[in-house]
Amino acid sequence: MMTPVEVEQLIRTAMPGSQVEVSDSRGTGDHFEILVVSKDFAGKTLLEQHRMVFAVLEKEMDDRIHAVQLKTRVPG
Amino acid sequence: MPNPTIDRIEKEIKSHKVVLFVKGTPQAPMCGFSAATMELFKELGIAFHSVDILTNSDIRATLPEYSHWPTFPQIFIDGKLVGGCDIVHEMRDSGELQKLLNG
Repeated sequence: MMTPVEVEQLIRTAMPGSQVEVSDSRGTGDHFEILVVSKDFAGKTLLEQHRMVFAVLEKEMDDRIHAVQLKTRVPG
Repeated sequence: MPNPTIDRIEKEIKSHKVVLFVKGTPQAPMCGFSAATMELFKELGIAFHSVDILTNSDIRATLPEYSHWPTFPQIFIDGKLVGGCDIVHEMRDSGELQKLLNG
């Protein structure tokens, strides 16, 4: 189990300057809806953008996070 | 070391234009994201080949490492990973998916 705030902090720390919104979609602490807006995504495919976020959550997704619904955006 | 599971994965993704690695089957999906992904292709009228990872535990264990993608479902078009459930939905909405399928 994790809290949305913990997930948010992990992503913000790994991707400084990003805007992150996380919600615990089932209230179970293991399914999260995540929106990440970052200039680091510029010029990257959706596949690459999602991989960047998955890389940040890699350890947690092996263990504490069961499912992630992810949206990534470039600001502007 | 040759890995027979990787050979099987490569055979599957080359066997059809659209290959979905999902939990369950089109008739009985076992996960909401897998169900939504198969539904999307059905709605577009696109034929797909699905592989149930719940009954192919070797593929389930090996594919994330092979494709560098941690979750299921995984969608392959023309032998290449396109992404997961969220990506194909976003690409459907933008029309990119239809373009890729017609290419």
